[in-house]
Amino acid sequence: MSAHADVPVLELRRATFGYAGTPVVRDLTLRIAPGEVVALLGPNGSGKSTVVRGVLGLAEHLGGEVRILGEPIEDLHERHRVGYVPQRHTLSGSVRSTVREVVATGLLSRRPWWRRATASDRHTVEEALRLVNLGDRGDADVATLSGGQQRRVLIARALVAGPEVLLLDEPTAGVDAANQRVLAAVLRRLAETGVTMVVVTHELAALRGTVGRIVELEGGRMCFDGTPEGYAVHQAEVVRAASAATTGRAREHSQPGGGHHHEPEPAAGTARILGAGPLDPRPPHGNGAA
Amino acid sequence: MPDILSLEFMRHALLAALLVGLAAPLVGIFLVQRRLSLIGDGMGHVALAGVALGLLLDQQPILTALLAAAAAGVFIELIRARGHTSADVALAVMFYGGIAAGVVIINRVDGGQSANLTGFLFGAITTTSRSDLVVFAVLSAVIVGVTLVLRERFFAVAGDEEYARASGLPVLALNIALSVLTAVTVVVAMRVVGLLLISALMIVPNAAAQQFARSFRSATWWAVAIGVVSSVGGVVTSFYADTAAGGTIVLLAIGIFLLTAAGASVWRWWTARRHRETGEHPHEHGPGCGHEAVQHGDHVDYLHDGELHAAHADHYDEHVPAPTVSAALHDQAHQDPTHEDGGSTR
Repeated sequence: MSAHADVPVLELRRATFGYAGTPVVRDLTLRIAPGEVVALLGPNGSGKSTVVRGVLGLAEHLGGEVRILGEPIEDLHERHRVGYVPQRHTLSGSVRSTVREVVATGLLSRRPWWRRATASDRHTVEEALRLVNLGDRGDADVATLSGGQQRRVLIARALVAGPEVLLLDEPTAGVDAANQRVLAAVLRRLAETGVTMVVVTHELAALRGTVGRIVELEGGRMCFDGTPEGYAVHQAEVVRAASAATTGRAREHSQPGGGHHHEPEPAAGTARILGAGPLDPRPPHGNGAA
Repeated sequence: MPDILSLEFMRHALLAALLVGLAAPLVGIFLVQRRLSLIGDGMGHVALAGVALGLLLDQQPILTALLAAAAAGVFIELIRARGHTSADVALAVMFYGGIAAGVVIINRVDGGQSANLTGFLFGAITTTSRSDLVVFAVLSAVIVGVTLVLRERFFAVAGDEEYARASGLPVLALNIALSVLTAVTVVVAMRVVGLLLISALMIVPNAAAQQFARSFRSATWWAVAIGVVSSVGGVVTSFYADTAAGGTIVLLAIGIFLLTAAGASVWRWWTARRHRETGEHPHEHGPGCGHEAVQHGDHVDYLHDGELHAAHADHYDEHVPAPTVSAALHDQAHQDPTHEDGGSTR
């Protein structure tokens, strides 16, 4: 892609992040290469948002090494190279503002404080709006948009500065199915352009086919790092272990064939979970975006 | 009208009102956006202590008030940034301490029936001297200039502070700049509407503009227009009706707010009556969505199964096209098989 192709976009070495001096995520080691799309999973309170906030300097960096785009986070001055889509349930503030006005704020850190927006800045804003399917809603009051459309406004705001890596915090949470589809299509299109993405999410199903790697946190520590296929197997093991613990039921589960017909795979437990949707293997690329 | 302009002190008063009406709403919109509408009030309290110090030390009260209010502005932002749970109480102590010290000191210096005190608390616009006017003009120019240059940054920080920080904007510096601008506005406005009514002139014109404006930009300029109309109009009214200028200005602004609020309700009722929503609509229209885009007045409708769909809030409205266009579009829609769309993007 570029000369930096071998420099990891994000590199954490035994990184610890937290708030008010108290660690939430401990000793996290993670290396994300250019172009990767990583889903960051974990139950509430597992620290997945803290990782993203820590990388952005919004949570405290309490230990270890954090390098972003090859530079220690403390030294990264070109912050526009890192895009951030915060977790927001609503964008409606206390004053009127249009979609275009909100998206344009994403460009502010790219120019010195005394300089006004240029024609090419305005053009960039329109491009970003088109990319998230809001090309005809630039003049709309953000407060009147649906939740899914507001998320896309936030994505456009992050995209407008042309980031090399995009950190998204629960972009699909609380969005209805139709809007989730549009949102997923937008993210897929972005992934195809080569933008590295780290997506904190609960809803892997919505991002099927886009996510190429899954990292799961539990209690502030990494408990899984691998492909979606590997994650399905991992999950199946977790489920088996859990059901084995409840002795009576364990026997039912391990019996092959029981309720399952026309399943080609021999391992019934795994196959069932693979077929469940979110954990499906990644289909080949190139299915056209809407 | 000739009498009011023939009096020098009224000419000064009108000019001072114009400056304040212009500057106060321009800064105020960011306070409304940050939900800190009452902060100007607190700064006014502290400014009174500054005035008192000026009288005590025989300095220009405007200068000492400016220093006191600006220091309060910086302190407010620092204490907010620290995020202490007791920040709110600390601010309250500072604000009430300011006004209490101000009253005590001014009464001590001027005696019990101080005209000075009433003038600062409720405004004494007709006492504006030529030199006051020059100071006001300079300060107003600073307020307007800085606000215009930093407008988008203030908007970004007030709208989403966390994102602004993540994107690399100097959030604390911008917040302090806004806070000091608020302090300067308070001091310019204190002679016109009085320290107790300053917040009104920053907030009420914005409250009115928010009723009908459609963007942050247009809301800003409408608020400035409403601010100028109420401050200049208030001075004129108070001259003929022989009322207190500060109070009249604020009442006029509130009157405009009530009118716009009533107008907005009538408008909502009227559009709701004419409003036809489509049923369940899982498909989202947009350029290249597969439905023909049709320009309809100031917006674009999408032709969907013979209906014109216009995006409205989070749903679509059915719009009725002009009759001749309608017939043509219907024919077209029925001939074109691609419009038999169930409604999915994929």
